[in-house]
Amino acid sequence: MLRIVNGRVYDPANNIDGEIRDICVSDGKIVADVPPEARSIDARGMVVMPGGVDMHAHIAGPKVNLARKLIPEDHRRDPHPRVGLMRSGAGGSVPSTFATGYRYAMLGYTTVMEAAAPALGARHVIEELHDTPIIDKGFYALMGNNVLLMRLIKEGRKDAVRNTLAWWLNAAKAYTAKIVNPGGVEMWKSGSNNVTDQNSTIESFGITPLQVVDALSLAVDELGLPHPTHIHCNNLGHSGNYTTTLETMRVLQGRRAHITHIQFHCYGGKLGGKPTSKAAEIIEYLKNHPETTADVGQVMFGDAVTMTADAPLSYMLHKLSGGKWVNADVENETGCGIVPFVYQDSNYVHALQWGIGLELFLLNQNPWQLALSTDHPNGGSFMNYPRLIKLLMDRDFRNQEIKKVNQAAMKKTVLLDDLQREYTLREIAIVTRAGPARLLGLKNKGHLGAGADADITIYEEQADKEAMFSTPRYVVKSGKIIIEDGEFRADHGGRLLHVMPAYDPQIEEVIKPFFDDFYSIQFENYAVGDEYLHEHEIVPTLR
Amino acid sequence: MAETMLLIPGRTSKQGTSLNAGKLGAEYIEVTTTVEINSDDMARLGVKEGDAVRLSTEVGECVVKCKARKPSDLPAGMLFMAYGPASSQLVGGETQGTGMPLSKSFDVQVERVA
Amino acid sequence: MENTDKRIIENATCTFCGCVCDDMILTVEGNHITQAKNACVLGKAWFSEHTVEQRPFALIDGREAGTDEAVEAAAQVLANARFPVVYGLSDTTCEAQRQAVAIADYIGASIDTTTSVCHGPSGMAFQGAGESTATLGEVRNRADLVIYWGGNPAESHPRHFTRYSVTPKGMYVPNGRKDRTVVLVDVRQTPSAKVADIFLQVKPRADFEMLWALRALVKGKPVDPSIEEITGVSLHAMKDLVQRMKSCRFGVLFFGMGLTMTRGRHYNSGALLALATDLNEFTHFVAKPVRGHGNVTGADNVVSWQTGYPFAVNFSRGFPRFNPGEFTTVDLLARAEADAALIIASDPASNFPKAAIEHLKRIPTIVLDPKTTVTTSVAKISFTTATYGINTGGTVYRMDDVPISLRPAFPSPYPSDETVLRAIKDRVRQLLGQTA
Repeated sequence: MLRIVNGRVYDPANNIDGEIRDICVSDGKIVADVPPEARSIDARGMVVMPGGVDMHAHIAGPKVNLARKLIPEDHRRDPHPRVGLMRSGAGGSVPSTFATGYRYAMLGYTTVMEAAAPALGARHVIEELHDTPIIDKGFYALMGNNVLLMRLIKEGRKDAVRNTLAWWLNAAKAYTAKIVNPGGVEMWKSGSNNVTDQNSTIESFGITPLQVVDALSLAVDELGLPHPTHIHCNNLGHSGNYTTTLETMRVLQGRRAHITHIQFHCYGGKLGGKPTSKAAEIIEYLKNHPETTADVGQVMFGDAVTMTADAPLSYMLHKLSGGKWVNADVENETGCGIVPFVYQDSNYVHALQWGIGLELFLLNQNPWQLALSTDHPNGGSFMNYPRLIKLLMDRDFRNQEIKKVNQAAMKKTVLLDDLQREYTLREIAIVTRAGPARLLGLKNKGHLGAGADADITIYEEQADKEAMFSTPRYVVKSGKIIIEDGEFRADHGGRLLHVMPAYDPQIEEVIKPFFDDFYSIQFENYAVGDEYLHEHEIVPTLR
Repeated sequence: MAETMLLIPGRTSKQGTSLNAGKLGAEYIEVTTTVEINSDDMARLGVKEGDAVRLSTEVGECVVKCKARKPSDLPAGMLFMAYGPASSQLVGGETQGTGMPLSKSFDVQVERVA
Repeated sequence: MENTDKRIIENATCTFCGCVCDDMILTVEGNHITQAKNACVLGKAWFSEHTVEQRPFALIDGREAGTDEAVEAAAQVLANARFPVVYGLSDTTCEAQRQAVAIADYIGASIDTTTSVCHGPSGMAFQGAGESTATLGEVRNRADLVIYWGGNPAESHPRHFTRYSVTPKGMYVPNGRKDRTVVLVDVRQTPSAKVADIFLQVKPRADFEMLWALRALVKGKPVDPSIEEITGVSLHAMKDLVQRMKSCRFGVLFFGMGLTMTRGRHYNSGALLALATDLNEFTHFVAKPVRGHGNVTGADNVVSWQTGYPFAVNFSRGFPRFNPGEFTTVDLLARAEADAALIIASDPASNFPKAAIEHLKRIPTIVLDPKTTVTTSVAKISFTTATYGINTGGTVYRMDDVPISLRPAFPSPYPSDETVLRAIKDRVRQLLGQTA
């Protein structure tokens, strides 16, 4: 039991904005009160927030591990020593599992979603997540280039699409369906490079990317998943791609949808030419469509590793970087590409990407709709979050940084206009906690009301927001004090968050023959068994 | 007279099946102490099928039995044997910074055991 | 106690080689697998020979002991060692591998797997060049050009041809074998050559030169005719191969230890990976090392996710460092640096270079193995453990990184590797004062 007293509490989901009030914890949950003998933490001069929630990061599974293996030079610079009872690891852009969990906790984050994994590799994802301490976690299963689903969509079998999707999410123990460059990855694997836009025909299937997005999103809605389809649109990174993004969002009008790392999908200009910023147009759309949500995918200067199911994009990046490249095709489901990358502030395109991300944050008026992310490690490591928060909260710092980067790029943005906007602590609490938890449909996370999971972060108030958010004074996970006075005091496993949407078991008569014909493992051996779950929570569907 | 030839230790079906019966068993030992030699080379060395030859390198040696292979299957000057305790005696510990000893296609001295 | 009922276990997995075929139909009678339908010759031997033998649970200095007593002795050895090495791990489950890496972390040991004497050089090449690759089902569904280089799957991975890459019918190769061209490149005419449409016999130690010449030809660069003398392969044959590689729809280069164990080592693997990468300029092309033991790929994955590096990792400074040639087991032993060894499910005393074996005999060695081997016979402490996939469940990664769960056939009286390692880990932490 625990009582946190004298802290300024930011709990936007419960409309608490910097009030000094007590937060009580019992049995891993927030409660209204605890007996006087409960341990007390004096949070005078400190800020109390729910634990951070990262709804889009790449932290575990087949592609992440390929990336780890690929970059010994990056790990070498940043070892993660064994401390006390905890495990050691390697840091850098793609940390080892233990280092990932500990480092998220060191920033006050307590829930993280792995954003893209093939269902075929679900066991691998879950084994890694099990070795990722402290945080609660889940993963999105890649469904946007699934051959069987595309065939069923082509045949117009809506019920079969929904049942197949539900079967697959159950089999993988995933959290939601992820769509990455729908159709484009399948085209890449068949040697045809990519789809050109959202309306081009996916070869061998005779359907378009928008039809895939539409059908899968409808199915997810009908299943009532707590988080809607998580969509990485076609044409990521290409100049002029904002029209693809707008059209994709329009197809989903009136239905819940999440467009991820939208910064990478906000570019004007001609295909193959220099990009320009279309952040304002995208924000305008979001403003008028509260049912559509997004996370930013902010680029931060320095080292990154691009890793994506968008394999044709990755090949393009390989051609740009000229460096090492991993491609890994996954049968009937998806692809994968990995290219280590450095974002340079002197480079026009990189600076523009950085600027567009900031524009999105600063132009957006509804923080509940747009979550903070760097698409770790694609736009930069999650370890950049404190610096990003400072860019949002500190106008002088931001203006100083804007001056350092490629000015031609800045001229394409509104950033040279000395934007007044400074995020408040309440808004930061929304974009890093309350917002993503709500978008994920996690009712017990992202807030500090009675019944919520006791995932709490306490920061010392400091003028330098980067310093403040880099080193929480306390981190409480599931009621356990993990970090105290900035030091680790306890280890914790964390649990797997997944869904189990209902489906008609007859659908196996459609799925099994497909496996027999086209998979290299047995249908009966595909679904992940319960022995992989360890600590877990089935997040209920909405219907 | 010893001759220099090139040895390739590798996997074989029989080695794979016999190791399941036990690596200390007679069949596994038999399989891993037999070397395949081009039949022309055998004639020149004056050895017959089943005769013993000594293989040696600067680090060690082993005595193994000969098995003839047609020149079309195994080029002149090349030896093949299932890897195991015998072939290990010939392999040097230097890995040149890789962790991998030079374990295939290395020179050995071959001579008939009188 | 023996259960003599006849039982059928469907969809069981064979963990003998890296193919990890999961379509076994096992007939189990008591403690014997009397039939293994769908298994290859190696798999049949694997299943039929793994019975529960009457062996001591453990031996300490040749004396019979119980598991608990041996755990205590093993923990004492490891807790008192100054530069120990943990090695092996290719023939056990990921669950056991995770415990082994934990032990290495807690005691500040080196951890290394049989990868270092198998495709370790390919792992190093991967770090330098990357890799375009695919799961075996993609090969099954799409590959119309299949090239094997420096390997003999007919003997080492018998079902690789029939289950994944040559004969099966697939989505875009509906006629199976007829829709594919198969090429073998090797230094000798192995039994695998029979399967190939084209066999190219390269001179020993000339793989790198041939691969580099192919890269040049793919890029349209001239190649000096002396390459024929160097490699033993005609320029005409190389140009023909290049033409096929550039014009196929989906090509795959499988490669074996003929590249990694010979002159050039990681340069050979790197040249091959670069060739596959280059070919994506023209078509879709992938490459894949044909991995050996059942779960060596799992070992790579576990060591990577826990430490950031795939093998040759040392924890003596309290964090992982990677350096092949320094922290690889052959070097640690051959240079007489390691002062104790924990060896799981592998037999280095049989397969390592002579100097390494000699040092292994001098230091206290703890060995976990279901069977007696040369290594168990030189061990100070040896544990008899249950056989993965036959007696225990758990996770195994196929050579293409696809994780598969095992379905055990019958129980063993012996503990699993995971159980023993977990016990050693807990006891070592107590001895080192690391428990809360």
